[in-house]
Amino acid sequence: MSKISVVPYGPQHPVLPEPVHLDLVLQDEKIVSAIPSIGFIHRGLEKLVEKRDYKEMVFVAERICGICSFGHGMGYCEAVENVMKVEVPDRAKYLRTIFQEMSRLHSHTLWLGLAADAFGYESLFMQTWRIREKILDMLEMATGGRVIFSIVDVGGLRKDVPDEMLAEFAKRLKDLREDYNRITAAFLEDDAVKSRLCGVGVLTIEQANDLGCCGPFLRASGVRRDSRMTDYEAYAKLDFEPVVSHDGDSYARCVVRIKEIYQSIDLIEQAIAQIPAGDVCTPVKGMPDGEYLARVEQPRGEALYYVKGNGTKNLERFRVRTPTFANIPGLVEVLKGQDFADVGTLILTIDPCISCTER
Amino acid sequence: MKMSKSPWLLHYDASSCNGCDIEVLASTTPVYDVERFGVINTGNPKHADILVVTGGVNYQNKPVLEQLYAQMPDPKVVVAAGICACDGGVFKDCYNILGGIDKVIPVDVYAPGCAVRPECLIDAVVKAIAILDEKRARMKAENKA
Ligand code: SF4
Repeated sequence: MSKISVVPYGPQHPVLPEPVHLDLVLQDEKIVSAIPSIGFIHRGLEKLVEKRDYKEMVFVAERICGICSFGHGMGYCEAVENVMKVEVPDRAKYLRTIFQEMSRLHSHTLWLGLAADAFGYESLFMQTWRIREKILDMLEMATGGRVIFSIVDVGGLRKDVPDEMLAEFAKRLKDLREDYNRITAAFLEDDAVKSRLCGVGVLTIEQANDLGCCGPFLRASGVRRDSRMTDYEAYAKLDFEPVVSHDGDSYARCVVRIKEIYQSIDLIEQAIAQIPAGDVCTPVKGMPDGEYLARVEQPRGEALYYVKGNGTKNLERFRVRTPTFANIPGLVEVLKGQDFADVGTLILTIDPCISCTER
Repeated sequence: MKMSKSPWLLHYDASSCNGCDIEVLASTTPVYDVERFGVINTGNPKHADILVVTGGVNYQNKPVLEQLYAQMPDPKVVVAAGICACDGGVFKDCYNILGGIDKVIPVDVYAPGCAVRPECLIDAVVKAIAILDEKRARMKAENKA
């Protein structure tokens, strides 16, 4: 029996874009267990509700995480709108859906790049991020921001997106599909890439369910669960089927995300084709009184937003449960028995977003 | 401007929201592509000349940031990327935020913005290179004396 050693991993580490710390218990090169510790990015923004009124909190909610920024703002607004019984205009619902899917698009592309970087395929990383810039260009065109848009507001959206611009988006998305075809082939067919992903870090369907995982991590293990099916915003009117894969390994997670990229493009195209004319914002009156829990499918999985108002301009409680937090137990399970050299890639395959985990 | 060598960056996320981090990464990838000038994002503090920090620093990552700064060889320059790193930004009033990295380590260049735009960040790094050269010259002179 060889000696057990403990290797600290993070918080600052070349493959980790964000600080998370793991104590890896190793026997030779194999991982026996992993003990995560978090808190390096904890800001305590939920408590800001005491200092900012419910409208200003939209900006704070958007900064829970800069990658799925739009979704966080939207989830918060949805919760407040439900408390205040505000009916969001249809056009705003569609536009929110479009923005949310674009965020998913850029987030998954970002992930593909980071994953390529983690297994040492530098040029693929660069190519993937080149495509991502095209999505950011569209977002910047519509909102003025590249990563944080501040376009969502309680009651709808802060400003409209003209139809000509939407038509332009549809055109660009068509080109984007071509670009994706080219790079995703490298992820799905390259032998070197496959050897790093296939059969590595298997999470079974039972484990995924028991540990309460979510998002592509869960769907890659064969569970058909996607909170977009709860029909918030315009999703009820769009036609889609959750992407599921059954192997549960790193490769399956990659496949799910790649298929979701195409799904997002498809959803945006459907939404652009159906979008009705009209206002994009309902004026809100009064103060939030009551509570609500909103569910939003973020690129990394299901996020929950709990809001409780007491009739004053400041909310009493704001609580967020984010997807990466739910996926960390799954990650710890996946790491067991794997090679030390695979840790970087495995951490990335859950697509960790530490800043939303810790808020 | 004299650019004596291509500086290497060390990026650390000191409780940012990620918005600025992905912009730091985006500056190194095509479209902005500072890597063509040999500006490389390294993961090792001992190889780095410029420390790019995002986020407002909290109590748990304060020692990490101090250590990273101490591990970098002289001369070194610190760039605060994003308004959070400059003074705490939207999280200024949070109970766990110290409010700006200059509370912990000396900062040479401030790049505001929420999120910081790659253009602004590249500008900040160019400024940082000038400061780096200055510091290096001063060090040389001191060593001679
Ligand atoms: S400045 Fe803005 S985008 Fe950057 S870390 Fe702070 S909140 Fe996020």
